[in-house]
Formats: sequence, C-alpha cells, structure tokens
Amino acid sequence: MGNEYRIALAGNPNTGKTTLFNALTGLRQHTGNWAGKTVTLASGTVAYKDKTFHLIDLPGTYSLFSNSKDEETARNYIVFEQPDVTLVVLDATSLERNFNLALQVLEMAKNVVICINLIDMAEEQGIHINEKLLTRKLGVPVIKVSARNKTGFPLLLDTLDRIVTGKIECHPMTITYSDEIEEQIKKMEPKVKAIIGDRLSSRWVALRLLDGDEALLDELNKYLVREGTS
Amino acid sequence: MGIDQLLSEARELSTPKLRDEIVQQLYEQSRKLCEHGIRYTKDKTDIRTEKLDRLLTSPIFGFPIMLVMLAVVFYITIAGANIPSSLLADFFGSLEPYLTAFFHFVHAPNWLHGVLVLGLYRGTTWVISVMLPPMAIFFPTFALLENYGYLPRVAFNMDRIFKMVGAHGKQSLTMAMGFGCNAAAVISTRIIESPRERMLAILTNNFVPCNGRWGTLILLASLFMAANFTGGVQSLVTTAVIIGIVMFGVVVTFFVSWILSKTALKGVPTHYTLELPPYRKPKIFDTVIRSSLTKSWSVLVRAVKVAAPAAVLTWVFANIYIGDTSILMYGVQFLEPFGKLLGLDGYILMAFILGLPANEIVLPILLMGYLSTGSLTEVDSLVDLKKIFLDHGWTWLTALNMMLFSLLHYPCGTTLINIYKETKSKKWTFVAFAIPTVIAIIVPLVITQSAKMLGVI
Repeated sequence: MGNEYRIALAGNPNTGKTTLFNALTGLRQHTGNWAGKTVTLASGTVAYKDKTFHLIDLPGTYSLFSNSKDEETARNYIVFEQPDVTLVVLDATSLERNFNLALQVLEMAKNVVICINLIDMAEEQGIHINEKLLTRKLGVPVIKVSARNKTGFPLLLDTLDRIVTGKIECHPMTITYSDEIEEQIKKMEPKVKAIIGDRLSSRWVALRLLDGDEALLDELNKYLVREGTS
Repeated sequence: MGIDQLLSEARELSTPKLRDEIVQQLYEQSRKLCEHGIRYTKDKTDIRTEKLDRLLTSPIFGFPIMLVMLAVVFYITIAGANIPSSLLADFFGSLEPYLTAFFHFVHAPNWLHGVLVLGLYRGTTWVISVMLPPMAIFFPTFALLENYGYLPRVAFNMDRIFKMVGAHGKQSLTMAMGFGCNAAAVISTRIIESPRERMLAILTNNFVPCNGRWGTLILLASLFMAANFTGGVQSLVTTAVIIGIVMFGVVVTFFVSWILSKTALKGVPTHYTLELPPYRKPKIFDTVIRSSLTKSWSVLVRAVKVAAPAAVLTWVFANIYIGDTSILMYGVQFLEPFGKLLGLDGYILMAFILGLPANEIVLPILLMGYLSTGSLTEVDSLVDLKKIFLDHGWTWLTALNMMLFSLLHYPCGTTLINIYKETKSKKWTFVAFAIPTVIAIIVPLVITQSAKMLGVI
C-alpha cells in the first residue's frame, strides 16, 4: 500500500467538481460506504507514475460548518478520514464566492491543492488569474485547469505526486480573526492540544468549540476512541 | 479533562456573534485574495445583472421595489380578473334555468334537483368563476418574475429580517410558493436544511394567503372596502387593501417565527449561501401558456374533487330538518354567539368549519347557508352578492374580520396532511393547527371589541 494515496475532492456545487472527477478517473469508479456511514461517496482511481491515487468525490457544499448533512459529510471526511491531499475545486468565474470554502479547508487540513476549474470560461470573460501570486498567499499549490477540455491535468497530477512524496511542503495560510476571537482561541488551543495532540489542527478544533459545534463533538469523541485503541 | 468540558468552557468564552465574525472574516479574506490575484480585462461580463442587482437588492430601494412589484402583480390580477369573472358567472347563471327546465322535463324529484343543481352545480361553478380568472392571471405573471430571476433577490432582501426573528432567509421562497398553495409550500420547505428553521417555515406558511383564499379576499375587498369607487380606482383600492392584508400576514409570520425561536424552537439561524443567478429574459409565451394552463387545470380538478362533494354535503345539511330546524341551522345557532363576539356570525364560522377540506369552498358554503334561509333564490351576477351579505347584517367590519379570519385561520385539510407527512409528528401538526386558530380568533376579537368601544360601528 506504500504508493496508494487518497485524494478528496471538495468544492461548491456547480464548479465542475464531478466533471473533473470523471475526467480524471474515467471508468475506474465505484461508489462505496466509508467508516460505517450510510453516506455513499463516489470514488475512483488514477494511476500516475508508480502511484495510484484514489479520488473521493465529496458532496458539493458552499461551506463546511455543520449546517446540513452534506456539509457534515464533507467536513468529517476531510478532518477525520484525513486524506493524503484535499483537492478544492473552485469556479474560476466566481472565485470571490468560492474562496470561502477553500479558506475553510485550509483551516482544517495541511495538504491542500487549490484547483481552479472552468479556466476556459474565465478567459473568455476576460478574467485573468495570477495563480503564482495566489500560491504564495495561500501557502498551497494553486493550479488552473479546464476539466471540460482536459487542460492542466499533467501539472495537477504532478503536483499531487510531489505533495505525497514530500517534495512540496504545504504551509496553508492562517486566517486571523478579531483580537477578541484570537484571545479566546489562545485560551482554548493549549487545552485542545492536550487532548487531541497533533493529529488534528488544534486551532481549528478550538475555533469550532467556540462556535458551539455540538455535531463535531460527537465525531471528535468517536475519533478519539478510535485513535486511542489503535 | 474531556472534550465535553472544553465545549462548555468554550461556551463561556464565546459570544453569539462569533459565527458572524468568522464568516465575515472569511469573505473579507476572499475579497482580498481576489483583489490581488485577479485582473479583469473586460468590464464585468454581466453588467446588466450587476447593475440590476445593485438596484433591486439595494438597502434603500430593495423593499419599495418589492412592494411595487407585488402591487403590480396584484393589480393586474384584480383588474384583469373582474371581467372574465363576471362573464363566467353570467354564463353559468344563464345555463341554470335550462338545467332546471331539464329536471322538470324528466320529472326528477325536487331533492335531486336541489342536490345536483342548487348544491353541486352552483357550488362548483362558483369556484370556477371566482377562482379561475385570478389564477389564470396571477400565476403566469408570478412565473414571469420567477423565470426572470427576481425571486432569489426577494429572498436576499428578506434575509436580514428573517435572521432577526431567528428564521431562515429561504423561508421567503417557501412563502412565495404559499401564494399559490400552502400544501405545496409545506413540501417546498425541504430546501431549508436546518430542521429547526424548516419547522418555523412550516408552522408559519399558512399566514400567506393561498390560491383558495384569493377569491374570498378579492371579492370582499372589492365589495366592501372599495365600494365607493368605480372603474380603475376601485381596482386600485382593492389592490391596496389586499396588499395590506398580505403585509399583515407577513408581519404575523415574523412575529410567530420570533416567538417560536425564542421559546419552543430555540436556536440561532444557520448560514447559507444564496446563489443569485443572472437575470434571464424568460420565454414569455411558453411561461404564460404553461403556467396558466397547468394552474387552471389544477384549479378545475380541485373544484370538482373537493368543492363538488362539499357543496353537495352543505346542501344536504341545509335541507335535512330535525323538527323545524335544519342541521346546518343547529350548527349556525350554536356558533352564533361566539361568531358575534368576533364580529362575524354563526354562518361564517360554520362555513370555515365545513370549508376545512379546501379554502375555495368557504364562500360558496357561506352563500348557500345564507340562501337556504333568505328570500333570494338565485345569484345571477356578482352584484347581487352584496345584497345577500347586507341582508344578513354585514358591515365593512364584518368583511374585514372575515378577511382576517380567512388570512389567519388553520391550514386546509390537504396542508395539514402534508405537514404531518413532512414532520412525522402529530404534536407539530396540532401546533400548526392551533397557532393560526388562536391568532385568527384573537385578532378579529380585538378589532371588533375596540371598534365597539370606540363606537365606530
């Protein structure tokens, strides 16, 4: 299993996430249950060099709070199943809205690739995206693709490859909040770290606790029991 | 120390505004990223959409424009429905003598003529002539606005208020649906993910007057509220009254949502993203034809399926005597004192009770009740209607009270069944019945008693 890796696809609805998934995996797909949940997620494989990437198509959501079942499913997968890379698919024609989700993923996971899809449409509309600058700002690779025209795939796969082999290290940007919230986080974070260790982002967990996210609490407890015994 | 303890500790530290600030910060960051990382060489592609949105969702003009849109839709409906309505009523009225003649010709017993012509025929044709024209105008007009992309903007404008009362912004979409049919709107609340806010939307949907209540509202408003005006002005006044009634329903919706979200359904509204699709010119012909045909058809089907049996039943109740009083009259006499207290009467309450299966049949039942005792035997035109009401001691206050009762009272049978199906709870279905009923009693009671005290009536 040394060269098999799990890549989770997250993104807003209507960003061509599933088109990208289909274009990458072709017919090598199946839908499977995960972690004993009744939620089914489509997954498929891509072979690249000597590696096999298992792509998991998470439900399309606008955010990753516990607003709905879909959001919880996507969130829980990214946080607790800890895929090797989380690929966030964004719509190039409405990035301002789409970045919201990307930033939320950056808060909860380290290995993230931002994949800006529908780049062909954006160029038609005169939208020019400086992916190098965005890469620097976000601290994770930003790659432009067009799933429909299958452009940008080699670079995307190569980037995934270099992340899982450790040739690229991600340093996702930290989103700073108001002084008041930062103060609260500072109080909570060490206590969170004492319980969950380094396995999850303690900053993110602290923030969610401050947000009073009870749905997350159950998942956290289950996760701790699972991890504690293994 | 466990995670659970940490959560309660976090709760102590945290403020209710936290989530808002988090979301705001996320959007602020997104905006900054785009400012630096994106360059536009063409002007914003959809300038029209951008400009329109700035106007239609503007904090200053958004609400007035919404009200004007609503008024225009209602005005077109009311002014446009007048003539076809009276034409249809005249047409059905002129057919009635032939039907009666036919029944005489075949020597049909009197009761059969009563059930079929005076009950079934009159009841059903009433529903068709009063309901069909407004629906055939309202729905296409509304569908045009919807297809143009205006409805999501309404949700956007209303979001702030809904949030203030602890409800979900998408509730305005389910309310818009309720203008057509509350039963369908209850199902449409599925678009709201959070169970708490969905329940709020279900419980308050009834305060938007549906299809079946338009006829009652429009008729009473034009007969009693706009009686001193003629022509286009009359339609304008009627529209203004209807808008007032609708706005009152909206205010009650907010009020009930607010009370519920502070008591039985406590909680903070969830965040959601509302996509504002680009404005699109709708296919006018397609929209008009499709929505008027399908809606008209469903009104007709409903008239036959629900109104017809109820009309027959009412006629039977009004004509079966125990002693020298009909069954209907027993009910009416029993309800009379309570009805008077609310500024209504026994007939009106009886009509609402018998009208539980469908709001469309409340007015026909009321008329049948009045006619079974009055001297008038035939309603040839809508003009005669007012005389029937006046003969039974109606004033503008009676009309206002009946309109308010109609707006606020319990949901119809179909809606209640759907509420049960959607909530899977007898308790919540009962609540959905009880809240409107209590409000529908309190509001006319207060109005009538204060009117009496002030001596305006």
